[in-house]
Parts: sequence; structure tokens; C-alpha cells
Amino acid sequence: MLLIENLSKSFGGVVAISDLNLNFTPGSLTAVIGPNGAGKTTFFNLIMGSLLPDKGRILLGGENIAGLSTPEIVRRGIARAFQIASIFPSLTVREALLAAVNAQRRQHAKLLARFPLAASRDRAEEIIEMVGLAMKADMVSRSLSHGDQKLLDIALALVLEPRVLLLDEPTAGMGPEERWLMIDTVHRLWERQKMTLVFIEHDMDIVFKIAQSIAVLSYGRVLAEGTPAAIRQHPAVIEAYLGSEYAAGRA
Amino acid sequence: MRTSSTRRDCLLALIVFALIAVLPMLWPSRGMSDFVIRLAAFGIFATSLNMLVGYAGLESFGHGLFFGLGAYSFALAMQRLGTSIPAALVLTLLLSVVVAGIVGAICVRLKEIYFAFLTLAFQMLLHSLIIAWTPLTGGDQGLTGGVPRPPFLGIRLDQPYHLYLFSAGLLVLCLLGMRHIVQSPFGYTLRLIRDNPARATSLGINVWAMRLAAFVIAGAFGSIGGVVMSLFVSGAFPDFAYWTISGEAIFMIMLGGTTLFLGPVAGAVMLLVLNDVVTKLTEHYGLVLGLIILLFALGLRKGLADYLAELWRARSAQRLAMPLPAAAPFAAPSNKLSGE
Repeated sequence: MLLIENLSKSFGGVVAISDLNLNFTPGSLTAVIGPNGAGKTTFFNLIMGSLLPDKGRILLGGENIAGLSTPEIVRRGIARAFQIASIFPSLTVREALLAAVNAQRRQHAKLLARFPLAASRDRAEEIIEMVGLAMKADMVSRSLSHGDQKLLDIALALVLEPRVLLLDEPTAGMGPEERWLMIDTVHRLWERQKMTLVFIEHDMDIVFKIAQSIAVLSYGRVLAEGTPAAIRQHPAVIEAYLGSEYAAGRA
Repeated sequence: MRTSSTRRDCLLALIVFALIAVLPMLWPSRGMSDFVIRLAAFGIFATSLNMLVGYAGLESFGHGLFFGLGAYSFALAMQRLGTSIPAALVLTLLLSVVVAGIVGAICVRLKEIYFAFLTLAFQMLLHSLIIAWTPLTGGDQGLTGGVPRPPFLGIRLDQPYHLYLFSAGLLVLCLLGMRHIVQSPFGYTLRLIRDNPARATSLGINVWAMRLAAFVIAGAFGSIGGVVMSLFVSGAFPDFAYWTISGEAIFMIMLGGTTLFLGPVAGAVMLLVLNDVVTKLTEHYGLVLGLIILLFALGLRKGLADYLAELWRARSAQRLAMPLPAAAPFAAPSNKLSGE
């Protein structure tokens, strides 16, 4: 589904991503882990076209999307949610999702119709239901709790019916309980939507609980990739990142 | 698609127009009808600026470009080409669309302060052009000699009541048009972009194209404000393109508020009344006005219409014994893409 080949990016003299190769198979659920500064968010920004790669290819279903603009990439089927919930603070949950549905259907430039379009309503309600924000649909987004803002961010990405969904630390800044609720929701959405899901996560309990495969980044390179079991036993990963705590035996 | 809210807006517009139409019979006063015509010019102009500032999040300091352009192109078309009034109006709109397209294409890429000052620069360019091109524009004396007002469709703009009705009609029609646009899917796309352009981009929205469209639409409506002014004074003056015109529209928006659609019109009423009252009482017009605006900025921290609307919302929320969600002082989330 998503194939990364020899991807590189530096900022000035600082190498952020260096000769990165990764393959995300259709319908897979992959965690991208690694220490701070490993290049995880930069990697997402490169896939989404927020940053231009210095070299390398990003193949989505065989088509090279490296160098395309973000809207073009979105239209080809990749969506993302952000580390810091990126929402539309002054709109209500429902308004934001209705407007996002318009964008997805290329009806966002319509001048003569009145908002909301009757045809967008069902889809918006479906998404609201899916992420569990039905009770808060009429709240102004900025007054939502942190966790609900993250859910709304993911909901905005889901509207785009992505083939590949990138989640940048879906549980960042959440308490333990909220965290597991979020992960349950994410896992449920992945099963239901049958999409390729890639998420950045720092909480190793979560990673080992839900990820099918794990890619470990370090200094912009792939330190290791494989199944959770394989990663857990990988000597370089244990040394560089996990520590002995998650090493084999503690399953 | 016609929905009940569209119908409600149209009905309201019709009622307001009817009220304005009968007003001179109840209150025959030259001062009143002049006030309504000036209000039409500035109400259209300030609302068109608020499409940019309030809905698209584009803080233009140079919107007066279109007021001046509208006044001069309409007056010149009438004087030099001898066209009919509707033809001159269409010509003015076309010219504004072209100019807004070019200026917008250059400006809307830029971030806040750069956008603001580049739009201002373009406005001052027009002002300089008007001053310099004396044979065409009359230079700093302004375009004198009167704007011909041939009758069309039974409308005789040389008669005060007709001009009054025509201006009020344009005001109501333009407000209705702009209201429809900000309530359209496009209008909500502008709100998305205002709130969070980066997120709008990752929804697949071409932010630049949408901003440009908003700039062109606002420019076209803004020029109609200039047309009304040019009909009112039967000419055009370099002041119409001076930066102070943009400043007045910004004051109107600040006084009235950016959130409610009619806020800028309320602001226009307030500024025009203040203007008339204060200039009668004192020479230090600027000082008094500045103090009042400071009072709004520091005291209410928002326009009067927005303030009253919030007060009303708070009251009804209290009656329902519910907390007021909009008043929660949450920080807006960061718009920047976080890089590692």
C-alpha cells in the first residue's frame, strides 16, 4: 500500500531522515517508535507533502507521490491526525465535520448552496457516531476536553475515507484511563475501516498491545522493523531504546 | 438549494427595504436620507471587508483600494464612455474582479503582517496613480464636473428619493448576497481556513485558491460601496482611495464586531453618527474618536454587536442554568505542523 524508498531529508546540515526504507502492507497496523528526535514526525510530514523530500520515493499503491502538494496527496487517499490536536476551534464539532465532508466531496467551493448540504449530513453524523462524539456534536471545538479534541482530529481525518491513516501520537498528553479508551477507539476504527494505519507512539504498553508490526527509528534511520515479538528481542532496539524492561520474558 | 434560512434572510431583507422606503414619508429630512446613502456605501464596504477579516481570517489594511477603484471607474465610465448606469456598474465590477485577482494572487500567499502591508501598498499605488494621472482623474482636485445619471428601467437617480431608494436597494441586495456567500459551503470553508489553515490543507483544501476567491469576491462588493459614494457626491475624490478609508472600515468592524454578520453595519452606523455628532461639537474629531475606539478595544475587547450578542447568550444560558461553553478561556491549539 505504502512503500518508502531511500527517503532522505536534512535541514541545513542536520540529517532528519536518512535513506529510509519501509513497507506498509494493505490493512496493516504499524507503530512507529523511537527516541525523541528520531525523525518520526518529520517522516509523517514528508509522506503528507508538508515537507519536500531531498531524495527518495514514496509509493502509494505504486504511484510516486513524493513532491506532490498536500491536497493532492490527501485526494490520493492519505490522511493524518496531529500530535497537538489540530482542529477548528471556533466551529462546533458538527460544523467542522460537515465542512470536512464538503471538502472530501469537492463541494467546499460551492457558492450558491446553503450550508450544510443535505447530502453531507448523514456522512457527518456517521463519523460523529463512529468516534463517539454524539453527545458533544454541538459543542464549540475549543471547549472540548483534550481527549475529545484528539478524537475530533482523528474524525476529521476519517471523513476523507483514507486508504492510509497516519496518527501522530494519538494518546499524547492523556491520562492512563483516557489513553486506553483512545486506543480502543483507534483499534475499533482500524478494524472497521480496513485501512492501513500507521501511528507514532511513545507508550510501549500500547505499542506492544495493538501493533501488528513495529518500525523503530533512530537518528532518521530504520533501526529495526518486524513483529512485536521480534522487536522485543532485537538487541540493538533493547540497547538504544527499550531498555531491559521490555526485553523478552516480560510478555 | 433554497432552505428556510435563505427564505428568512430574503424576507428580512424585504421588510428592511420596505421600512427604509417609507421612512422619508414619516421623517422627511435631507440629513436622514443623506445618512442612509452614506450608510449604504459604508455598510456594503465594511461588510465586504469583514468577509476577509471575520470569515477568511485575512486582515487587509488596503481594502480601500476597491472603494476608490469602484468610485473612479464608475464615475469615469459614466463621464467618458457615456454608458448607462447598469453598464457602468457591470464594468466596475469586472475591473474590480480583475484588479482583485491580480493583487490577491500576489498578496494572499503572505502571512498576516506582510499580507496587511502589501494590500496597503497596492492601495497607495492606486492613490498615487489617481494623484499623478491628472488628465484622466483630475488629480488631487478629484473627478469633478458631475456624474451623469441617465434614467434606466424607470429609475431616475437625479431625483433624491430615487437615489435614496437605489442606494438602500443596493445595500440590502449586497448584504443579502454576502450573507448567502458566508453561509454557503464556501463560506464555511473560509471559516476552516481562518481557524486553522494547516488543517484545512490536510483536508485537501487548496487554501491559496479559496483565499484568492474570497479576496476577489470581497473586492467586487467593496467596489459597489465606492459606486454608491460616487453617485452620492456626483464625482470621485482621491480620499476615496486613501489609506484612511481602509482605516474607517476597520474602525467600523472594530466598533460593530466581526462575529455577527451585521456587526460591521452596526459599526458603520456608529461611526457615521459619531462622525456627524463629534465634528459638530469639536474640532478635535480624531482625538475623540480615537478615545472611543480605545475604550472599545480595551474595555469591551470586542465590537458592540458581538458584546451584546454574548451578553444575550449568557443570559439565556443562565436561564437554562447551563454553563456557557463559548466563554471558556481555552487557548486555541497551535496551527503549526510540529516537526521533530
